[in-house]
Amino acid sequence: MMTKNIMIVGVGGQGSLLASKLLGHLLVNQGYDVKVSEVHGMSQRGGSVVTYVRFGDKVYSPVIDKGEADVIVSFEVLEAARWLEYLKPGGRVIVNTQQIDPMPVITGVAEYPEQLIEKMDALGVKIDGVDALPLAEEAGFSKAVNIVLMGRLSRYFDFSVEAWEESLIACVPAKAKEINLKAFTLGRA
Amino acid sequence: MKKLMLGNAAVARGLYEAGCGLISSYPGTPSTEITEEAAKYDEMYSEWAPNEKVAVEVAFGASLAGMRSCSVMKHVGLNVAADPLYTASYTGVNAGMIIVVADDAGMHSSQNEQDSRHYAIASKVPMLEPSDSSEALEFVKNAYDISEQFDTPVLLKMCTRIAHSQSVVETSEKVELPVKPYEKNIPKYVMMPGNAKRRHPFVEQRTRDLIAYAETTALNRVELGDTKLGIITSSTSYQYAREVFGEEVSILKLGLVNPLPVKLIKDFAEKVDKLVVVEELDSIIEDHCKQIGLDVTGKDLFPLEGEFSQSLIAEKLNMPVTTGIKLDDDIPQRPPVMCAGCPHRSMFYALSKNKVTVMGDIGCYTLGAVAPLSSIDLALCMGASVSSVHGFNKALGKSSEGKTVAVIGDSTFMHSGMTGLANIAYNQSNSTVIILDNSITGMTGHQQNPTTGYNIKGDPAGKIDLEKLCMALGIRRVRVVDPYDLDACNNAVKEELAADEPSVIISRRPCVLLKHVKNNPPLTIDEDKCKSCKLCMKLGCPAISMKDGKATVDATLCVGCNVCEQLCACNAFQA
Repeated sequence: MMTKNIMIVGVGGQGSLLASKLLGHLLVNQGYDVKVSEVHGMSQRGGSVVTYVRFGDKVYSPVIDKGEADVIVSFEVLEAARWLEYLKPGGRVIVNTQQIDPMPVITGVAEYPEQLIEKMDALGVKIDGVDALPLAEEAGFSKAVNIVLMGRLSRYFDFSVEAWEESLIACVPAKAKEINLKAFTLGRA
Repeated sequence: MKKLMLGNAAVARGLYEAGCGLISSYPGTPSTEITEEAAKYDEMYSEWAPNEKVAVEVAFGASLAGMRSCSVMKHVGLNVAADPLYTASYTGVNAGMIIVVADDAGMHSSQNEQDSRHYAIASKVPMLEPSDSSEALEFVKNAYDISEQFDTPVLLKMCTRIAHSQSVVETSEKVELPVKPYEKNIPKYVMMPGNAKRRHPFVEQRTRDLIAYAETTALNRVELGDTKLGIITSSTSYQYAREVFGEEVSILKLGLVNPLPVKLIKDFAEKVDKLVVVEELDSIIEDHCKQIGLDVTGKDLFPLEGEFSQSLIAEKLNMPVTTGIKLDDDIPQRPPVMCAGCPHRSMFYALSKNKVTVMGDIGCYTLGAVAPLSSIDLALCMGASVSSVHGFNKALGKSSEGKTVAVIGDSTFMHSGMTGLANIAYNQSNSTVIILDNSITGMTGHQQNPTTGYNIKGDPAGKIDLEKLCMALGIRRVRVVDPYDLDACNNAVKEELAADEPSVIISRRPCVLLKHVKNNPPLTIDEDKCKSCKLCMKLGCPAISMKDGKATVDATLCVGCNVCEQLCACNAFQA
């Protein structure tokens, strides 16, 4: 099969590494060749972060380029807009409707653009907005936004719920298992 | 067994399987996880050393004793370790020794993007360069074999996209290696001039032998396809080239990038119509090809700066490039910032308020340069804050001594700040050094260091007392402040800058991200009290923003450090 490309974007500290770990685990279990490219270091301190997940029969490059992503999962609205150029024509954006002001907006030198989700929709992007923060809080942990969004992503693939849950359990600490399973289920519902 | 593994974890697995017995490293993105992962194998001794020079010398000592060893660092770390590297090339090894160096093309988390291959050439040491996790694991084993066969340390070069990408690896069992006997050998290991003169010809012969090895080793492989275009490449560039051309192009993929083969490259060149070298950063393979008389395209097409990608290669080699759609809106940048509750913030606020010139250093606190604090004037390399504040003050004398400081973290101070402080005490500049002691190595993701009292496994270890160390280095004025106390920061800065002798302020509070640090409940705003003066915005805290003219606190980010509450003149912040 052709290589499939998923991008996970967000703000450093939102848990994109765990989300990509979960995806990688799942896709290897499904028998694919997989590459996942992560960001560590300075950008993790509240900067814009991006993780690339690629899978197929044979994957070469670890990164995804402009116009190549089948799905962009964004943990924050502005980040979805920032990385939109990486979406393939006809691709899908799953976006957490949460807005986190970047420092130039906080200090007043820039403005947070308005109605980004509507504007992306107007461009013909298949967009799926998720109020992930209340769902994460409902699961019992406000930082489980990442897993809520993985739950939503799972809707668009044919992999079984059991396969997702098996990988999720393998990737989170035992004591956080129940909260994460709940976050996943709420996101998928 | 097949599994998905981070490139860095694959190197650690390779070390384990190859029977490495000792790893000594200093953390640095993108290399850090190699040593962290290695520390999970109880069969290998691993440690964080105070700096890379120490780490390489520790690894050398183990090799001399007969144990396979390794030292891991980022590209700029190899600058620090260059001294032992150059002469270990002369002595060679007893048991195999590897130095892993991780470059950061694109500068995701670095202050420059130097190409480490120059070190391999200059020190005349072989260098291997994997192109995915699977090769990262296998190349470690190859590196030990080369090290022992050719009597040399071996460099293994990673880059961000190999180090921080996960791909599928096949693991195997660990080899059991006895410690090789140590035999005293003064002519080989004591590099005084008479002995070193006899070792230099050995080094040159070794390079000739390694070139012969490079012609036939499986580390370098020709993958013949369509012969209209032939690409010579290595590392992640190989993956990008394959991504663009699939199987339809001829590639000479180099795994041993120093020394480079001659005949292998010439034979490949003869088989193809057009020869292109695709390499990130400097033109090392290209220059080699030109030196052996080949007509080759390289940096006339490809940039010397930054990371490559499949699109870049497609564009430069006239292949179709994919594009995407964009919104018309200006998307504001999202630079990294100090975390909400970061203990460094209030000290930078005090420095900014007092208009102090700040010699910065390498760590999370480099972010003190970001607006609105905009506090830092310099970030050069590890330890440079302390040495350069001395030079700055020597140049300008009293006009700068009362308004210039160095800021340096606890780990960076141990790495190479203390020698600079010794210089201040010895050569007597009236300089003030602020040690931002967050009791961990922060930016690289929480590694222990000699001041924390714990080793790499989290077990209790020796602990260096920073106050006593500074005093022992000859500084009489040493004081400790809690950076969550804004007045204390302000007073300490004013008083130590006013003092007529060198001084050290230790600004001490653990990193807010450490698991054992307990957060306070988030603050709230009394909107009736908020007069919209925006004073709190000067802290640059990501948890505080203005909404509808009033300050507001993001409860998901705020950790209740209360610094904003101390600053607010309207008493609008409620604990």
